[in-house]
Amino acid sequence: MLETLELKRTPFHERTSRLSVAQNWRRWAGYMVVGSYDLSLDHEYWAIRDRAALIDVTPLMKYMIEGPDAARLLHKVTPRDVLKMKEGVVSYTGWCDEEGKLLDDGTIARLGPQLFRMTSAEPSLRWLAMNAVGMDVKVTEVTDQIAALSLQGPKSRAILNRVCRDQVDELKYFRSAENAIGNTPVNVSRTGYTGDLGYEIWIPAEHALPVWDALMQAGDDYGITPCGILAMDMARVEAGLFMVDVDYTASTHAWIEGQKSSPLEMGLDWAVALNKKGYFVGRKALEREKREGSAWKLRGLEIGWEGLERLYAEVGMPPQIPSMSVRGSLPVAVGGKQIGYASTSTWSPVLKKYIALAHLQRPYYEPGSEVTIEITVEHHRKQTLAKVVNLPFYDPAWKKK
Amino acid sequence: MSVNTYDAIIIGAGHNGLIAGAYLARAGKKVVILERRPIVGGAAVTEEIFPGYRFTEFSYVVSLLRPEIIRDLELPKHGLKILPLPSTVTPMDNGDYLAAWPDHEPTRREIYRHSPHDAEAADEYGRVMARAAKAIKPVLSLVPPDPSSMSVRDMVGLLKLGQYAKSLSEKELYRIAKLVTQSSADLLDEWFEFDPLKGTKSASGIIGTFLGPHSPGTAYVLLHHYMGEIDGAFRAWGFAKNGTGGVTAAIASSARAIGAEIRTNASVAHVIVKNGRAAGVALENGDELRANVVMSAADPKRSFLSFVEAKHFPDEFVGQIKNFRVRGSSGKVNIALSGLPDFTCLPGESPLHKGAISISPSIDYIERAYDEAKYGQFSTNPYIDMIIPSMIDRDMAPPGHHVMSCFVQYAPYDIEGGWDDAKRDAFGETVINTIERFAPNIRKIIVGKQVITPKDIERIAGITGGNIFHGELLLHQLFFLRPAPQWADFRTPLPGYYFGASGAHPGGGVMGAAGKMAAQEVLKDWR
Repeated sequence: MLETLELKRTPFHERTSRLSVAQNWRRWAGYMVVGSYDLSLDHEYWAIRDRAALIDVTPLMKYMIEGPDAARLLHKVTPRDVLKMKEGVVSYTGWCDEEGKLLDDGTIARLGPQLFRMTSAEPSLRWLAMNAVGMDVKVTEVTDQIAALSLQGPKSRAILNRVCRDQVDELKYFRSAENAIGNTPVNVSRTGYTGDLGYEIWIPAEHALPVWDALMQAGDDYGITPCGILAMDMARVEAGLFMVDVDYTASTHAWIEGQKSSPLEMGLDWAVALNKKGYFVGRKALEREKREGSAWKLRGLEIGWEGLERLYAEVGMPPQIPSMSVRGSLPVAVGGKQIGYASTSTWSPVLKKYIALAHLQRPYYEPGSEVTIEITVEHHRKQTLAKVVNLPFYDPAWKKK
Repeated sequence: MSVNTYDAIIIGAGHNGLIAGAYLARAGKKVVILERRPIVGGAAVTEEIFPGYRFTEFSYVVSLLRPEIIRDLELPKHGLKILPLPSTVTPMDNGDYLAAWPDHEPTRREIYRHSPHDAEAADEYGRVMARAAKAIKPVLSLVPPDPSSMSVRDMVGLLKLGQYAKSLSEKELYRIAKLVTQSSADLLDEWFEFDPLKGTKSASGIIGTFLGPHSPGTAYVLLHHYMGEIDGAFRAWGFAKNGTGGVTAAIASSARAIGAEIRTNASVAHVIVKNGRAAGVALENGDELRANVVMSAADPKRSFLSFVEAKHFPDEFVGQIKNFRVRGSSGKVNIALSGLPDFTCLPGESPLHKGAISISPSIDYIERAYDEAKYGQFSTNPYIDMIIPSMIDRDMAPPGHHVMSCFVQYAPYDIEGGWDDAKRDAFGETVINTIERFAPNIRKIIVGKQVITPKDIERIAGITGGNIFHGELLLHQLFFLRPAPQWADFRTPLPGYYFGASGAHPGGGVMGAAGKMAAQEVLKDWR
């Protein structure tokens, strides 16, 4: 077989493939990763919410951005105030085209005065190079060279403290630091895609396995559980975190204007530093949108259980809802008129609620608004009541503590 | 209003009392919840009996905690998490075991290994029971109407019930009629042949009753326990984070946040009656609290025979409560462990350590255990339902160490000669001996143990007779007969005095339905 016809395997494949009972694989950026290890998602989901889940996130696109103009480049391509970012700080950010519409989102970590690590979901090399014209900066893709593990859950800190050279108690939310696990130098950032206490560990790919083994061993007493991306997909909805080309369309992938989203529409107001100095891509458009208000907003929907029960009772059944997150568009209406759509919905095991991320038109995106959402009850399309809420749905106190 | 004047007083801060108080506070009422003990929780408490080891002392699983209560009271915000209990395993004397998983295929393969016949029967049985449970479930959330009453409310209630019964097919009605009258042994014999399977399934028909698997009526109890499983997506069945005390801690925190006051070390002496209605309570310490509404979330005996003088109730009612059967039949042994019990059938650590471990090799085994209890002895070979909470929630024991919760039946409240320390020790020994048969290393890893007899349940949790459901789930003690005919709607013959606990409809378990429905009835009566 031609090598390029195969999906790439992460450096953890030797471990993950053996642990996976379900052999449920998912494609992610050209890699194959575990969808779920277990036959049901329960155990992995609750590892994220109550113990510690070990997730292989190697397929995240990773770039090292280095040089005297590294900060200037990122300041220009993102709406964050990168010039003010101190060493050790990690910023979540979306980045836009000239029209202020999102291209992608990810994190940037300042590793040194002239060194950043950037993650993205989509290839970004060309975009960065185009914007770096005339700057003294080198952008290197390191996706395959840096293996990444996400350790998420309330026990993640205790486990890291058992294996890391330096304790991580002082590592604040969205900060990163150099550390070591065994003989392997790693970078640890307090980040993740679950909305729980959690860390991401950035490892030279050739030393990936000893780090996996050390974490699994140290985590045994804490119930560490290898976790696939399906359980993480439920947790990220609870955390109000969205995904490119699922919850919004990258402007480069959009056929029509209506498919595009701005960071303000996606609720990233807090991550758009309109008060920062200098030009950044999309600034004018975002300033205008801020002034005039957004036509759409991404919000949470809590789907009323009583309504679901009633609709299902009409056909003589208890409510049937999928036990995992569903990436499918569901029309949202007010008074029978469609005013938006939900992009991802999931049962929330911790909240005992059926929830969804939804794009809603002004003025229906005000929290507390009552809308209806389409559900299919025994092959019949029905509308059921839902309430508009602010994101995130779930925000445990220990996430930032 | 003075500090000791309230809109409503709730007696007992178990889960039902707390839920009732929270709902009343949510409706804007000034509420106080009174708890006799220094901690809240009633029989849903977690206590650190040995430093570092946390025991979910009495009640140990969350069976049917109503999901709407979780949402209404925002319990996840107050720390509630219901963790899945993924499996059940029944160790066998021949060194083999029978396991059940949440996933259909592995369970089917596992039963097939022992009996191809039963593997197929189990599928069909599961569907039949789920349908029966679904048919009965709506009844759980109805306030029981009184069939003899002509009041509008009761008539509407009866009408609803009648309509509901009409919506069931004849076949379904017969099945339900059979289920509520049959013994679990008869029911299971119709379906299965493999003894450990029948034994394990029959066990849920006797929990909390003073009956054996051959006693009529136990099939219904089995169904009652089955109801958690039809919820599917609700996933209301499991082990609560921080033990069952985690549930009541979350409810208490929510209740306080809504504005309810909770007083611990506040033991109620009696309900104050003025002009023929409840007007407050007097505490053991002499304090008096005033309110137009008093609700008891204690057991029926204490609520009606101890808190209120008999003269305030009709004789007939008092007689019925006196005859209400509350015979405790089970005990608990909570064990702190320095490691994991090593089961002969599953050497080392197994995924099955995360679920329930059931000592129930056959129906006969359990019936024999019952025989001894009938004549005032605890069972020499008892049915035991074990879980290892620290395998599910790592915060229950120090890292690498464990706690084990053993529910043990039978241990009669009325043991011959009465319970004393020697008998309690002997009971504990019997339990350890039984476990040792299947996990020989158990004695070596015990760090400490707490043995709880029905008498201890009564003494510590305040439940008369030590029955875990505040009254047995017997057919003549359910629905419109619980706790007494005509008084199943959370009201009592004493105006202003309400009753909302496990001894009321729809019965026990950490379900909360009684507390919530009682609060709703109080609010309906509010003028």
